[in-house]
Amino acid sequence: MLIWFSVFADWLVYDLLRLSNQTQLGQAVHFFVEDTSKIFALLIVMIYVIGFLRASLNVERVRQYLAGKPKIIGYGLGAGFGAITPFCSCSSIPVFLGFTSAGIPIGITMAFLLTSPLINEVAILLLFSLLGLKVTLLYLLTGVTIGMLGGALLDLLKAERWLQPLAAKAYAMGQQHSPRETLAKQSQSTSITWQQRHQFAKSETSEIFSRVWKWVIIGVGLGAALHGFVPAGWLEANLGDGQWWTVPLAVLMGIPLYANATGVIPVLESLLLQGVPLGTTLAFCMSTVAASFPEFVMLKQVMQWKLLALLFSILLASFTLMGWILNLVGY
Amino acid sequence: MKIEILGSGCKKCSNLAADVEQVAHELSMEFTIEKVTDMAIILEYGVMSTPAIAIDGNVVAAGAVPSHAEIKQLLNQASKA
Repeated sequence: MLIWFSVFADWLVYDLLRLSNQTQLGQAVHFFVEDTSKIFALLIVMIYVIGFLRASLNVERVRQYLAGKPKIIGYGLGAGFGAITPFCSCSSIPVFLGFTSAGIPIGITMAFLLTSPLINEVAILLLFSLLGLKVTLLYLLTGVTIGMLGGALLDLLKAERWLQPLAAKAYAMGQQHSPRETLAKQSQSTSITWQQRHQFAKSETSEIFSRVWKWVIIGVGLGAALHGFVPAGWLEANLGDGQWWTVPLAVLMGIPLYANATGVIPVLESLLLQGVPLGTTLAFCMSTVAASFPEFVMLKQVMQWKLLALLFSILLASFTLMGWILNLVGY
Repeated sequence: MKIEILGSGCKKCSNLAADVEQVAHELSMEFTIEKVTDMAIILEYGVMSTPAIAIDGNVVAAGAVPSHAEIKQLLNQASKA
């Protein structure tokens, strides 16, 4: 089915615009047209379908589900839920406080918070359609593992020591009441009709699409530039062997380039096509998406610098480690 | 009636505040509107997905920017209660 986008780009670029497929410009424009039309179409269909399925899942329900679960199971569930429930990054503080005050251990909350920006369902489906199952599974597996191990480590270090007074109060509140008791007061079960699901999915689609379309253009534009104008073999010659230092370098380069996952994936595709090893590429992608400065500034309201620095180091260390492992395994 | 918009002050929250204010004017209601960014108060309301709307101390919507029609319905319901 995806072949139609290639046919469309052939027609537009080679027949209508009369660009030659032998020139770098022709190839770059073709890549741009094919990828933007494909990604836009995929995005609209996928966000709608996911919205439809997800209409009844919200943060309150996730919290209710996580409360009272044993830690070991909780890390996995927290990271898993983080992967599938997106929330506006300005909600990260209310989510953090809400989970903490419900008596959910800090490690499980952090597993949720770490995984949520790292993995989002639109990015997963885009990765799958552009790069295939293997890369998608690796991305998913690494993201969830980073969330789980990060959460476990923070529990082990008793990270609740480094909370700001407001969050510490919420934590103490959560410890006094049993989780079930606190939640019984707040939980409300709501059933949802097909019509409401459709409305939710429709508004999600227009809201998310209007937010990410420019990132797609920027991402595909960068990808097209890489594709058409960086001399073939240059990146491969310089980064292709997966020398050990290229991975931390990619991670450090990714931080200031804070971007939307949707925009990074086309760049990812180009890097891989140019022969950059998968580990280096994924490390770059994850650091671009997850290690966001604005979010850290926001989290400062509930965490002390020590905890923020720790969190940041955990992220950077795990991206680097993951990049090394993937390069070593030779994917 | 006292309307509070709960949120950390992101774009969604200020859009919502503007929408609610407009609809309340259209319905010629008597109201005060306040943007609440204090996390301690938001925590007391038990809200985790912002922006949220609280009318006279009750949370009536959270985690989304409702449409004008939905806001109208929420305000009408609250004024009857």
